[in-house]
Amino acid sequence: MFRYISMVICLAFLSVLFLNGAAVAQKIMSVQVREGQLRATPSHLGKIVAKTSYGDRVTVLEERGAWEKVSIAGGKFQGWMHNTALTSKKIALKAGQGNVSTSVTGDEIALAGKGFSEEVETQYRKSNKNLDYTWIDWMEAIDISSEQMEHFITSGYLSQDAQGGKP
Amino acid sequence: MKKLFWRTGIIFFTLMFMISCAAVETVTTIATDVGVQSGAITKSQGESIRKSTQAVSKSMEDFTPEQEYYIGRSVGAVVLGKYKPLSDAKVNAYLNLLGQTLAMASDMPELFGGYHFLVLDSDDINAFATPGGHIFVTRGLIRCCRTEDALAAVLAHEIGHVQLRHGMKAIEKGRVTEALTILAQESAKSFGSEDVIKLTKEFGGAISDITNTMINNGYSRSYEYQADAASATILKRIGYNPGALIDMLNVMARQMKPGGNDFAKTHPSPQSRIAELKDSGIELTLADPPAARKERFIKAAGHLL
Repeated sequence: MFRYISMVICLAFLSVLFLNGAAVAQKIMSVQVREGQLRATPSHLGKIVAKTSYGDRVTVLEERGAWEKVSIAGGKFQGWMHNTALTSKKIALKAGQGNVSTSVTGDEIALAGKGFSEEVETQYRKSNKNLDYTWIDWMEAIDISSEQMEHFITSGYLSQDAQGGKP
Repeated sequence: MKKLFWRTGIIFFTLMFMISCAAVETVTTIATDVGVQSGAITKSQGESIRKSTQAVSKSMEDFTPEQEYYIGRSVGAVVLGKYKPLSDAKVNAYLNLLGQTLAMASDMPELFGGYHFLVLDSDDINAFATPGGHIFVTRGLIRCCRTEDALAAVLAHEIGHVQLRHGMKAIEKGRVTEALTILAQESAKSFGSEDVIKLTKEFGGAISDITNTMINNGYSRSYEYQADAASATILKRIGYNPGALIDMLNVMARQMKPGGNDFAKTHPSPQSRIAELKDSGIELTLADPPAARKERFIKAAGHLL
């Protein structure tokens, strides 16, 4: 009898382990920046092979330091993303959309456009009319390409393989 | 037989432990539901129990990069209400090229809207970094930099404040909890205008907390030392000389006006920052930067020096 029970429990235990294993192999993450880049090599100087948007789900294929090799669009594109651009939370773009149930907790799901958001900024600006955002928009529009950066690094005798991220 | 019994027991408890870890919140929800249904507690009491269990785990980490970005935009707008921007496309382009290259080598290379830099048209020695990655440096502070390496040290110090979330930590604890609780409660349905008004109040408060700290009171000394250490790390990773930070601080010490309403008020003295850096064991030898680096620095920022 004991043997039977222990066998059942062992099987249950193994299946939990197996499920966890499967979850690791199929690690899904979300893009938490406005525009994410998939690069050919694990470096911010790597060639951009595809772009992702805020909330997009990516499948993690491989990890190397602070970089994750991911695939998007059902495997159509593969490339490297820095892990600070990704979160393990699911990002819901609208309340009530997709899998967002009524019992959502902040630990699993982050809501885009909620909390301190564009909507709140608009409301804040209504009562702070003296604040001017023209130069904020101007500075945000300054765009530096990977090519410009690479040229800046080589012509300044700086390090090509500097890597960001938590050591 | 006895051995088998123990083995079974151990496996069973391991399983129970694994399951229970994930179930605490569910249990709270079920328990409060049962409480409400049986009439032991009212619906609103049930709600508030649930609220407080969730509030316990609310912290800075629960703000998404998107929210930090919107906080950053408004903090930046307040800074620009105090200091006029320098409308100089050339120096601003150079500052962004240098700054974004440094940010790439920081602990936090990616932000919701990326890093952006702007020169402020003022003789004050001052700089600000918002939680959204908007970084401002005055002409007065650029004048403390004799090389690109020194300017890199200034920008990397500000990037350090962003990656260490110093701005966000200036927000009062109560406000953080309040804002995140409103969010947690309302996240599942569409926001009503009342929620937006409540959140805007907390948002305005957060902007005041951060700008008051940054502009008037300054961060704690330890935050400044941490940002200096982060700066030295970033410089080293990308190939700048971390010793340039000391050079910049020495020039600053000579140019700073005592009693000034800038770094003189909000930062530890350049001398104590130098002493702290030297104590930290970071290698800080002074070296002359390559000629190409010197040239491009003078070409882009020479007219401000």
